Amino acid sequence: MAARAHRPTSNFKDMKKFVLTIAVLLGAASALSAKLNVVATLPDYGALAQEVGGELVKVTVLAKGTEDPHFVDARPGFIRVLNQADLLVEGGAELEVGWLPPLLQSARNAKLLADAPGHLALARSVRLLDVPSGPIDRSQGDVHPAGNPHFNLDPANGASLAAAIAGALAKLDPANQSVYERNLQSFKQRLEAKLAEWRKAMEPFRGTKVLTYHKSFDYFLERFGLVLVGTLEPKPGIEPSPTYINGLIPRAKEAGVKLVLIEPNRPRKTPTYVAEAVGAKLVILPVLVGGAEKAGDYLSLFDYDVARITEALKSAQ
Amino acid sequence: MALPWNLQVKGGQYFSEFGRLNPTHPHTWDFVDLPLVNGRFLGEDGLRNPGARVSWLVPTPFYSELLLGVQNSQGETAHSFRSDHDGDLFFGRPALDMQVKNMGDLLYVPRYTFSFNPGAEHTVLAGISGAFGPNASGPDQATQIYGADLFYKWKARRQSKGFPFVTWQTEGMYRRYEAGAFPGDINNPALPAEVLRDWGIYSQVSYGFRPGWVASFRGDYVTGEQGALRPDPERDTRWRLSPALTYFPTEFSKIRLQYNYDNREDGGQDHSVWLQFEFLLGAHAAHKF
Repeated sequence: MAARAHRPTSNFKDMKKFVLTIAVLLGAASALSAKLNVVATLPDYGALAQEVGGELVKVTVLAKGTEDPHFVDARPGFIRVLNQADLLVEGGAELEVGWLPPLLQSARNAKLLADAPGHLALARSVRLLDVPSGPIDRSQGDVHPAGNPHFNLDPANGASLAAAIAGALAKLDPANQSVYERNLQSFKQRLEAKLAEWRKAMEPFRGTKVLTYHKSFDYFLERFGLVLVGTLEPKPGIEPSPTYINGLIPRAKEAGVKLVLIEPNRPRKTPTYVAEAVGAKLVILPVLVGGAEKAGDYLSLFDYDVARITEALKSAQ
Repeated sequence: MALPWNLQVKGGQYFSEFGRLNPTHPHTWDFVDLPLVNGRFLGEDGLRNPGARVSWLVPTPFYSELLLGVQNSQGETAHSFRSDHDGDLFFGRPALDMQVKNMGDLLYVPRYTFSFNPGAEHTVLAGISGAFGPNASGPDQATQIYGADLFYKWKARRQSKGFPFVTWQTEGMYRRYEAGAFPGDINNPALPAEVLRDWGIYSQVSYGFRPGWVASFRGDYVTGEQGALRPDPERDTRWRLSPALTYFPTEFSKIRLQYNYDNREDGGQDHSVWLQFEFLLGAHAAHKF
């Protein structure tokens, strides 16, 4: 085909086509970004938001599943993320109090103010354990004044937490309320089916005595009837000391402790020593979605934890 | 206080947001003492005064913020500006009492800072700052301080109580001080009007190797162009090395051991050992990153 010099009018047509294509693409892109920006402090809340929101939300999670959620760095990049958020989902029982407040202060996002519709504190939707009565102070260790904030570890709480998120999404985006409702019901059904499975698997082990590193497993233990005899921390947030451990071991042996449960990020030396001395099995359990490779979503987290515990107890029999 | 267009205003008595260390409280430091350059340029108690600061969260895809603070330029905490230095001579010259005549006589502190995360476990935070204001050595004399800071943090994916981590912080500063002429008196020599230029830098690394334990090391260097007054311990070359070990029995208390090797151009070498105890009483909100 002979090459032809482009005449000015056809150049102009090409340019119009080009501009139109770009405009359409940009229009499509901005329609895509009409998703709600949901920021969750913990991966579990993010996972639930994803279940309920589906295609209509873009979820960003601040803490990693492998991290200690009390001690997440308030990295400045999070300020940008919070500045763009439509909905913040946090625990609200002061688990995040060591790092979230300075971020919110700098975020300049009026939608995320304390009682605004864009700020969801999940603790209000569940019953908290260990709510302290009487005065509390630092001599008791890192006690959370509102109660034990690790409520994401009771799988039955999943329904109430998901419902709270669905409610918040519906308030911000009423046009899609039916979609959120539908997603919520679908999740609830799958959760119910799974709960029945987990209850059945854990039933034979009700009443088993355990030790944990920190009081982070209480909700899981209560749900499945396991009994907490003591923690490796003498007080919440204080590392185990040799004197305390030497006192804990005989107590645990007498009580017939079968399991020592720790999170994946704990130092291993002391828990291994205690498990051996007590004659118990050491089980490493993720407490957040993403805390282990196979625990990548809300239901898989409990599949994984239940499997590890039943495995350990069966092999001990 | 937040405003539209991603602006935020803060007012009151506050530490100037110059560099990374100046706006922080001593109990958050990794060492017992200030780096040499901070002490020389910004004063022993830090650069702080009443004023107001506006900041803008820049709409870049990464975190970046532009700040401008305007503060009173007078007082003992305005060390390189209109401080009276408790009546002592500063660079050989007495402080002259001056009134704030117009907006140009205030202390201006602009700063630009940005951050990016080169990986889930790594964070980088950098900034450039300026401090501009009149100084007390003469009616038309002004000081300009420029600074650049860089902060890097690595924190393990599987961190427990925030450990293990490594932080590396470096700040460099340059000060241009217009010094007024001093006719001298019975005890002190006359000095001409001149421009005094000083530089300084520090770099420190901290390694939190086990929950509650942090090992740190810092190097300091300050120097300046020779002025008419010599020797001047406030401006002579000086460098220092400081290893430190800190133990936190709880988040609210710490014990620290630090050794300083201090080498001063006209003062010889000094060795010092420091033991620090700190307790925090009362409620305290979370710190910035």
